[in-house]
Amino acid sequence: MFKVFFAEWRKLRRPTLFFGTFAAALFFNGLITSFIYLMIDSPQGNGDRGRTITREVLALAGGSVTGFASIGGLLGIIALCVFAAQSAQEYTYGTLRNLLVRQPRRLTLLMGKYAAMKSFALLLTVVNAIVSIAVSVYLSDRAKVTTDLWFTSAGLSEIAHTLVNVYISIIFYAIIGITLGILLRSPISAISIALVWILIIENLIGAVKPVTLDWMPGNQFAAIAEGGTPLVSYSHALILGSSYVLLALLVSSFLFTKRDVAN
Amino acid sequence: MLSESADIVSAMSTLAIEVEGLTKRYDNLTAVNSASFSVPRGTICGFVGPNGAGKTTTIRMLLGLIAPSTGTGTVLGHPITEPEKYLASVGAMIEGPAFYPALTGIENLKVLATMGGIPIERAESLIDLVGLSGRGGDKYKTYSLGMKQRLGIAAALLPNPALLILDEPTNGLDPEGIQEVRDLLKKLASEGTTVFVSSHLLSEIEIISEYIVMLRKGEVVFAGAIDELLLNQKPTIIVRTASESDLAKVAEIAKSQGHHVTIRHGEAHIEGPHEYAAILNKSAFDAGIVLSQLTPTLPNLEETFFEMTGGR
Repeated sequence: MFKVFFAEWRKLRRPTLFFGTFAAALFFNGLITSFIYLMIDSPQGNGDRGRTITREVLALAGGSVTGFASIGGLLGIIALCVFAAQSAQEYTYGTLRNLLVRQPRRLTLLMGKYAAMKSFALLLTVVNAIVSIAVSVYLSDRAKVTTDLWFTSAGLSEIAHTLVNVYISIIFYAIIGITLGILLRSPISAISIALVWILIIENLIGAVKPVTLDWMPGNQFAAIAEGGTPLVSYSHALILGSSYVLLALLVSSFLFTKRDVAN
Repeated sequence: MLSESADIVSAMSTLAIEVEGLTKRYDNLTAVNSASFSVPRGTICGFVGPNGAGKTTTIRMLLGLIAPSTGTGTVLGHPITEPEKYLASVGAMIEGPAFYPALTGIENLKVLATMGGIPIERAESLIDLVGLSGRGGDKYKTYSLGMKQRLGIAAALLPNPALLILDEPTNGLDPEGIQEVRDLLKKLASEGTTVFVSSHLLSEIEIISEYIVMLRKGEVVFAGAIDELLLNQKPTIIVRTASESDLAKVAEIAKSQGHHVTIRHGEAHIEGPHEYAAILNKSAFDAGIVLSQLTPTLPNLEETFFEMTGGR
């Protein structure tokens, strides 16, 4: 599996993919984190969907990662797109047949791909956490937010919790991306179906019948990143999200190991 | 103990490939129908057949990429149901080269080398071997068709294979490149590598191969030594007439003298030894027919192929 892991990293580290992904993630990270502090007194709110995140909330022990937790879902969607494309392209380029000749143990190949994805997700999480916290510290003075509790032991514990939650959320999104890539064997179909579902369909159905948001996969993954939301508890999101991901893992493993590679 | 014995038997097997009753069915289509053939080790074996005959499907089954519907097979002594036991010693290029467009040529090879646990330095030496020196650092998407083909051959050679399976390896190559590939395959075979090569260039196969497997509509129509195939074919005399309307008359004359005739593209192909050419010439002259061509030919692979596969 280590051979697969390192081979996958040869693909993941190519500059356009690696720096492109990180640049996109850091851009939105900087934008959203800055927005929380720069728009703190705005009547339109400074949080997601017009929510207001007050100075008091930001001054809490977990204040340093409020911005980072808000972009967790977005980082997950970026990871989903990257890994849906990566897995589907193996079929469209025909490169999967080469990989399977060099590594015929299909489950080992898939597990190696998942391992590489997890390490990429970890890097994405850590880098974005550092940048988000740095931006928060930099803008806290200007927004008149007290940071006394941010780096106490309680503050560091909050940072660690948020880091883990965002990491789990990104991995869950990426597993769904890989599964869609394997299932549909087309990057465009995999990415567009995922985005349309998460960004449009879930919200439309949720707007008509809010109770359904308790069951929507995208909503669970975003809730995990935020450590739970007023609508969905963390434990509910984690259990249900894990169930969706387990199902996705079973589907991707079955298809990847049993399906003929005819392209 | 049992596994050790099996390994020894595998190592001693004189056949690189052996398949028996190999069949692949899709919903309403039988792509390969009960194919049985064998390829001796250390030889170059051509794999020919018209488009859609089932060549690529057969190759994919040999490589464990698709599962046969029925039938059995072994590659390097191991069953095709356990590709992990033999693919480390197999190099393959299937349906043309397939690489990541955004990676360089050398990086593409390194991905596969890393995946297969092959030393990275081998990728660099193969870039030189296939004539891509100086271009290995360029992105694959900038390569010409011939360069892509060369990179595909390099990828197939990565594991220093005991069995090399190549699907149309000379596609897109210039005459010099074709000659280089031909020489390379001969060199590999002389060093003990078994080469199983599919090509639509039958003259190419005839030059380099000792053995041949012919497929038609998913079925093996011949498998064995090329010499054996050609020996069983009758020599032919190709005839053209000065007036095209006389061609049918010549055909009638030959038939009346007990020879089998087929007319293709304004030529009569008459089965018979080269001595018969003089007799036919005199018969045509007596009938007032002027021949513009009278060429006795020995059977070649192309003629034989079309005869056996019902092509043209």
